[in-house]
Amino acid sequence: MLVRGVLIEDTFAEAFTMRVARLIITGRTPRWAREAALKLTGFATSVIGCKCEAGIERELSEGETLDGRPGVSVLFLTMDKESLPQQLIARIGQTVLTCPTTACFDGLPDVPDRLPVGKALRVFGDGFQGSKVVGGKRYWRLPVMEGEFLVEETFVMQKGVGGGNFLILATDADAALAAAEAAVAAMASQPGVILPFPGGVVRSGSKVGSKRYKKMIATTNDAFSPTLRGITESQLPEGVNSVLEIVLDGTDGPAIEAAMRRGIDAACRPGVKAITAGNYGGKLGPHHFHLRRIMGGAPRPA
Amino acid sequence: MSLDLTLRAAPTVPLEAEVLSPARLAGLSAAEAAKLPVVHGNERADVGDFFRIGGAADGQLDITGDLSMVKRIGAGMAEGRMVVHGSVGMHLGAGMSGGEIVVEGHAGDWVGAEMSGGRIVVKGNAGHMLGSARRGTPVGMRGGEILVFGNVGNEAGNGMRRGLIAIGGDTGDFAAVNMLAGSIVVLGHLGSRPGAGMKRGSLIAMHPAELLPTFSYACTYAPVFVRLYLRHLRRLGFDIADSQVNGSYQRWCGDGIELNRGEVLLFDAAGTASRG
Repeated sequence: MLVRGVLIEDTFAEAFTMRVARLIITGRTPRWAREAALKLTGFATSVIGCKCEAGIERELSEGETLDGRPGVSVLFLTMDKESLPQQLIARIGQTVLTCPTTACFDGLPDVPDRLPVGKALRVFGDGFQGSKVVGGKRYWRLPVMEGEFLVEETFVMQKGVGGGNFLILATDADAALAAAEAAVAAMASQPGVILPFPGGVVRSGSKVGSKRYKKMIATTNDAFSPTLRGITESQLPEGVNSVLEIVLDGTDGPAIEAAMRRGIDAACRPGVKAITAGNYGGKLGPHHFHLRRIMGGAPRPA
Repeated sequence: MSLDLTLRAAPTVPLEAEVLSPARLAGLSAAEAAKLPVVHGNERADVGDFFRIGGAADGQLDITGDLSMVKRIGAGMAEGRMVVHGSVGMHLGAGMSGGEIVVEGHAGDWVGAEMSGGRIVVKGNAGHMLGSARRGTPVGMRGGEILVFGNVGNEAGNGMRRGLIAIGGDTGDFAAVNMLAGSIVVLGHLGSRPGAGMKRGSLIAMHPAELLPTFSYACTYAPVFVRLYLRHLRRLGFDIADSQVNGSYQRWCGDGIELNRGEVLLFDAAGTASRG
């Protein structure tokens, strides 16, 4: 399959089931909501080293938030149920609670599986905290030097998908970067999806384990590293001198697919030789995103 | 199709009609409903002696007429919806735990006394002791919402422990007296001695008020939770200005003769204007 002369390889991205929460952070101005969200989602690129993956889903207008202030929607993912509340409590406590004017609300549809995040954070109030129930939901008011921090008592945890991806194989680094930037721009603010890496782009794709160091759980993806073409089993086609990867996490498979379709289409531009994806032979992750099916618009199998 | 009751003979003395509740009338034919007992003064009577009954029960009950002399409508109600096209007497929805009561007219004293859940909407005025504890008991309303679009009498929220009371008009004296927790929002003016004896809880008001000397000023700020309440109330039909949603409030802590963990939040129009 070719899209504007770019080969879409007959392969698939292999992704994993993760646990996801959606946080709505609001602030007095868009700036302060964004500041909190940026700190919250900082150092949250991969569970390999960060124990969580997080990113800004999109910015919200006053009309879209519970308190009528500008806000930011954040998706936050971990590999297991236990670590999601731990990470949320630690990160909200250090980044949103500390940020001027912000409040923090749950952003997923109401389901019974809820994490007592605000309930844990409330003890920062040292007994001076109080709660209010509005519309059937409880919120904690924590007195702080600036005034008051408001946080919802519980946050929904649901199954999500982590590790959707595609690789941009380009003739040079400039073309790879331009294509990656175009892909990220096309996927920006797609509902239910985040791109957890810097600027949405990964230059250091990894493989599982190591050929040399037993304790390493992930090491460089030498098969796609152009500098190693002569000394490893390279999977790079002739003429490819730079590869960048886009990694996507999301609330569900269809959201990931929709974003991949937009991103891959935008990445098919001059200087790009092929689009491929990372997988483990289909043996590890339950979610398989077949590039040609996605780009052909075929429906997703049930 | 709802079950419709129309008052055809106004009671001359108070009529206690706790049976006027969707669950009590569910599944009954008009004839069966007419046989339910009420107390007229000190005499036993039937619903049918006072009401013409039509329609069929489907979870909603519509009652039409001036029921100012009818007490305990919806008392103990746990589910369903009831709309009163007229005014009602005392103890509307007292002790209710669920469902919704809407009164198109006015309501008497003791609306929602010691209720624990559900919602009561009064589009007119309500009397004294709204959402209060009964005399001799320490705890009033324990949950749910009471929304009064007009004025209310004295001691609204007496002993209130949880839930929300919203008042579109003015209150009488002693609003939030002995309050234990929960929230009361007053869009009109407060009467004298608001919050007297309150331990915890929030009394939020949109006009200046003279507080007891046992309340101490803390600060003027813009609490986010007030925005949530006001936007919630706006969705329910209350007339709330943007300046009130976005505004600053003076926080007064009290009552100092009690736990001192309660608060009275007074909308600060001047502070709001300067804040922009």
